[in-house]
Amino acid sequence: MNVSTEKLSAHPVASERQRRLFFIGMSLPGALATSVLVLFALGVVLFLGLRTNDGSLLGGAYTLGNLQAALTDPLYATVIIRSLAIAGFVTLATVVTAYPVAYYLAFHAGKHRGLLLFIVTLPFWTSYLLRVFAWKVVLAYNGVLNSALLTTGITSEPILAFLNTPAAVVVTLAHAYAAFAILPIYVALENVPKSLIEAAEDLGARPISIFRKIILPISMPGVMAAALVVFVPTVGDYVTPALVGGPNSTMIGSMIQAQFGKANDWPFGAALSVIVMVVILAVVVAARLADKRFGSRT
Amino acid sequence: MQAGSSNGTWLRAYLIAYVLFLYLPIAIIPLFSFNNSVQAAFPLSGFTLEWYGSLWGNENLHRAFKTSLIVGFSAAFLATAIGVTVGYMEVAGGKRISQAISGLCRLPILIPGVIVGIALLILVNLAGLGPSRTAIILGHTLVALPTAVVIMRGRFASLPRSFSEVAMDLGAHEWTTFRRIVLPLAAPAIASSFMLSFLTSFDEFIVAFFLSGTEPTLPLFVWGQLRFPKQLPSVMALGTCILVASIIIATAAELIRRRGASGELPVTTPRPLPIS
Repeated sequence: MNVSTEKLSAHPVASERQRRLFFIGMSLPGALATSVLVLFALGVVLFLGLRTNDGSLLGGAYTLGNLQAALTDPLYATVIIRSLAIAGFVTLATVVTAYPVAYYLAFHAGKHRGLLLFIVTLPFWTSYLLRVFAWKVVLAYNGVLNSALLTTGITSEPILAFLNTPAAVVVTLAHAYAAFAILPIYVALENVPKSLIEAAEDLGARPISIFRKIILPISMPGVMAAALVVFVPTVGDYVTPALVGGPNSTMIGSMIQAQFGKANDWPFGAALSVIVMVVILAVVVAARLADKRFGSRT
Repeated sequence: MQAGSSNGTWLRAYLIAYVLFLYLPIAIIPLFSFNNSVQAAFPLSGFTLEWYGSLWGNENLHRAFKTSLIVGFSAAFLATAIGVTVGYMEVAGGKRISQAISGLCRLPILIPGVIVGIALLILVNLAGLGPSRTAIILGHTLVALPTAVVIMRGRFASLPRSFSEVAMDLGAHEWTTFRRIVLPLAAPAIASSFMLSFLTSFDEFIVAFFLSGTEPTLPLFVWGQLRFPKQLPSVMALGTCILVASIIIATAAELIRRRGASGELPVTTPRPLPIS
């Protein structure tokens, strides 16, 4: 009823105006959020990274000193390379271990698929801090793992080497971000045309070559996407190194955090952030290029 | 399917091992929350509810919980409202600018939390707000935004176009069509987006760490307690409560979403990624 009365009142000119109002009204929330919270906020980080630190919010004067110091000081180079290495290991581990799970879900899970998918992605929705904390408890000197090994008689004294190592950071992060990797790969595997696999079978292809020549290349974009969503949060992480990493696992996220905390040098922290963003951008571009190459092969 | 059944058996064994790896470390928290020893180590020494009891009287904890609820609801409301409009405009509007906005809304996936945190810290200081509850709400809106947009655009894209076309043919305006046809059909997805956004905020630590003033959220409270080894068992008890709440909310969101769109795959993580 409402609809028909509105039709009667609808004048062509008014409806054009109304259409524009609708468009503006509906676009406003997103436009506001992205321009302020995303674009402006990132712009401010870049701006601050190019300012000297005089204690004021926006710095004193323009300088390239922050970027220069961050790029030439071997300490930061070491930490950045370490962050990339740790994030790289974590990404490799999560993607490689997630692939068979996604494969099973896509091709073997049958009617339990929805439930299984939910089970493997549920940890994603639990507290990240608690998952990291759990590993601290597991890996501690007189913690769960050591005490379990002692009680069962596998070792005769606690092993010191678990906690406060880069390896502990890798394991903890791989566990924390495992659920990220499964879904993109699963979605990509879902898109493999069943007819293609059947045709290859009919032509006598062995399962291993079907996997290598058909399934793997087609699922590659999903693998790339999975790698990216794991790599990005891990490369900037500062909580896991702080809780389970010890002094030899300081990552670039910890250093940025310190500049906005104890060290109180915001411009320098902003410059470090800019470098991290550029590194991530480079990785994204590289992933895209690799994606294209793999894509063209299929 | 085509692969031999032995292949499937191996994969199933692998899947079980993988699920154990996912869940066992998390299960440590509830297990030791009932153990009557300050030390979290085997063998278990005895059953107790003491650590849960210690949570009752803790004023700071109650305040943190309240802050988390306020922040979570506000951020979930904002993220979902933006997600609905952005998702709809991208799917139905067909304008370049709408696609660009949607892309920007999903961009935070590609920004590490620490940088989101410091960027917003600078922003709220510029705005004169400083670290505060409002600051955390803004931060969590941004963190939850990609999930909300992905869920909503997925739902809008799956709606048959004919519904809104019929409405338009009958003379309904865009606004009427959106409010009377599209929104009701998308209600389960909206509920699911709201709950998952709430959950994202409720469990978020990395961004909130930079933005909290005098009122910490629950994860920040937990972080503060981690400094005191004696508090370890009560952190486990609190952690168990948080885990249970998260699992209930995530399950409810999944059930609601499934009822709304049967036959679709679950959207438990952001799925159409910026790379593709």
